[in-house]
Amino acid sequence: MSGAVPPAGTPPPPPPPPPRFADAAREALADPSVRRGLREATSAARAGAAGAVADSADWEELRAAGAAVRDRTLLDLDRYLEELEGAVVEAGGTVHWAVSAADAVRVVAGLVRAQGESGAAVADAPVLREIGLAGGLAAAGIAVLDAGAAAAVAVTGVDFMVAETGALVRSGGDAAPAPSAALVAVAGLEQAVPAWRDLEVFLQLLPRASGAGRTAARTVVWSGPVAGDGPAACHLVLVDNGRTRALADPVGRTALRCIGCEACLNVCPVYERTGPAAYGPGGAGPIGAVRVPLQRGVRGAHAASLPFASTLCGACADVCPVKIDLPGLLVHLRGEVVEARRDRPVPAPELAAMRAAAWTLAEPRRYEAALRRGARWGRLLARGGRIGRLPGRLGKWSDARDLPAPPAQSFRAWWGRR
Amino acid sequence: MVGAAVSGRDRVLARVRAALGPDRGGAAGVPRDYRRGLGAERADVVALFTERVADLRVPVRHVGADELGTAVAAALWGREAKRIAVPAGLPYGWLADLDGVRALADVPPLDDAALAALDAVVTGCAAAVAETGAVVLDGGRGQGRRALARAPAHHLCVVHADQIAGTVPEALARLDPRRPLTWLGGTPGLEVLVVDQRLC
Ligand code: SF4
Repeated sequence: MSGAVPPAGTPPPPPPPPPRFADAAREALADPSVRRGLREATSAARAGAAGAVADSADWEELRAAGAAVRDRTLLDLDRYLEELEGAVVEAGGTVHWAVSAADAVRVVAGLVRAQGESGAAVADAPVLREIGLAGGLAAAGIAVLDAGAAAAVAVTGVDFMVAETGALVRSGGDAAPAPSAALVAVAGLEQAVPAWRDLEVFLQLLPRASGAGRTAARTVVWSGPVAGDGPAACHLVLVDNGRTRALADPVGRTALRCIGCEACLNVCPVYERTGPAAYGPGGAGPIGAVRVPLQRGVRGAHAASLPFASTLCGACADVCPVKIDLPGLLVHLRGEVVEARRDRPVPAPELAAMRAAAWTLAEPRRYEAALRRGARWGRLLARGGRIGRLPGRLGKWSDARDLPAPPAQSFRAWWGRR
Repeated sequence: MVGAAVSGRDRVLARVRAALGPDRGGAAGVPRDYRRGLGAERADVVALFTERVADLRVPVRHVGADELGTAVAAALWGREAKRIAVPAGLPYGWLADLDGVRALADVPPLDDAALAALDAVVTGCAAAVAETGAVVLDGGRGQGRRALARAPAHHLCVVHADQIAGTVPEALARLDPRRPLTWLGGTPGLEVLVVDQRLC
C-alpha cells in the first residue's frame, strides 16, 4: 500500500463516558416490551445451541482442543501475528496495525477514501461495534451502507485468521459482504489461529455454540484478491485496543480465547433482563463484563461496575465452547476493582467478601461447595422468591440488583447430575 | 512506507511481547481427541448427507448420473426459472434437457444488471460435508464467481457422491485454503441435487 493513512480531518470529540452498569440497566429494566423481546431472543438462541451441542458426539473433546489452540496462540501471539502478516502479504493482501480504536477507525476511513469512494458497505461484527466504526466513519464524512448493499468497498469483521495460509474466515453473519474493489477486514489480535487444520475445531464449535446449528448459513474464506470476481484488493486491520493489556494479566488472558459465539450472553440471567445496551459498546454479557475492564482497566466507573453485573450463577462457564471460566474472571476483576479503590478513605465492604470469593473460586470444588452453601443461605434471605436487600453494608451492593433467590439446585449441580 | 503504518506494527508487536514476558511460548500441547471421521455406523455418507441437508430445510434430491439432466430441468421448471446463468466449465449434459429456459454463460462475466435479472444459477461444488449438510464452493471449474452464486433467488447446486466428506475435519483436508471458499448451509434459495453413481 502507499503507506500513509490520509488525514481524517478534525477528530470527533470523545464521547462522554458510559454510565455505570446499574444506572444504564435501570432503563432497560423499566421497559416491559424490551424485556419480553430479549427473553424470546435469548431463549430461542439457547434452545438452538443446546440442540446443536447435544447432537455433537465429541463436544467436550472439541472444547478442550479449542481452549488449548487458543492458549497456545496467545502465548506465542507475536510470532503468529508476524507469520499471519507474511502469509496475507504473500496472498496479495495488505496488513495494517491499530493500537487504539481511534487508530483503527482512521485506517479504515483512509482505505475507503484511497479507493476514491465516499461510502462503504459495513457488516455487523463485535469488533466493529467495539471500535465504534459506523459512528467514526459517519463522523469522517463516509456514508455507511448496509452490509448487503452492492458497494465497491466493504468493511467486515472476521472470525478467524489463519497464520499459516493468510486465510480470513467469516462464519455466520447472514450477509457476508461481496465488494468488487476492496475488502477491509477488521480483526482483534487474538483472532489469529496457527494453522488451517485448527479450523476443523472452530468451524464446529462456533456454529453450534452460537445457535446456528451444525453449520452456519454461510461461511466465507478470503485469501487475497480474486481476479475477475473481487475483491480486487484485500486489507486486514489488526486491532489491539487494550487486548495486550488483557494479555499481560496471566489470569485475564484466558478471556482472549473468546470466539464470539455469544452463548454466554444467551444463558446469562442478567443479560436476559438488561440487554446489550447497559454494558456499553465494548461487549455485552458475561464476556463483555470481563473484557471491557481487562482491556480498559478498572479506573473508570463504567468498567469498574461491569464485573458486578453478574449473579455468578456459572451457566456461562458451562456453555462456553473454549472453556473460559467467566465467573472466576468476574471475581478476579471484582478483586481488582476493590484493590484499585483501597486508597480511598472508607474501606469498601466488598474487599473482604471479594478476597474470600477469589479464594473460593480458585478451586472448582470449593466453588461448588460454596454454591450449595450459598443456595441455602440465599433461600433464607429471600422474600417471595426475590432477595430485595442484602444485610448490613452489602445492602448498597444489592440496591440496584434485586437478586433472584438462588435456585434450590444450582445449574452446575443440575448439569452434573444429568 | 510512512511512519503511521510502520510504527503501528512495531508498537503492537512490542506490546504483545511486553505483555507475555517470561510466559511466552510456554503453552501445553493441543489434545486432538475429537473425531476425524464418521464411525462405522455412519458408513453411508450419501444417505447421511441427504438427511442433514434436509435438516437444514434445503430441498435435496438423490439422482443417478443418467437422470441428472432431467432432474436439473425439473428443478428449474418447479421454480418457474426462465433465465439462468451458468459458470464456465459446467458440463454440457447437466443442461441437456432444458426446455423454455434461457441459459447464459458467465463468460465474459455478466454485468450487475444481467445478474439482477436472473431467476437461477446452476453450479457444481468443491466438496460437501455429510455430518453437517454443508456444501463448499471454491470458485473452480463449474462453480464460477462468488458474484454469480449470490445473485439470484435460486441456486441449484450439484454434488457428486465422491465429493462428500464425512466430517468437517475431512472436508477441510480436501480443500485448498488459498482459494475463495464459500460454505453454504441453510442458505435461502439453495437446492441440492446429489448424483449417486450407484443409482445408474
Ligand atoms: S466467552 Fe465463550 S461463550 Fe462467551 S462469546 Fe466468548 S466463546 Fe462464546
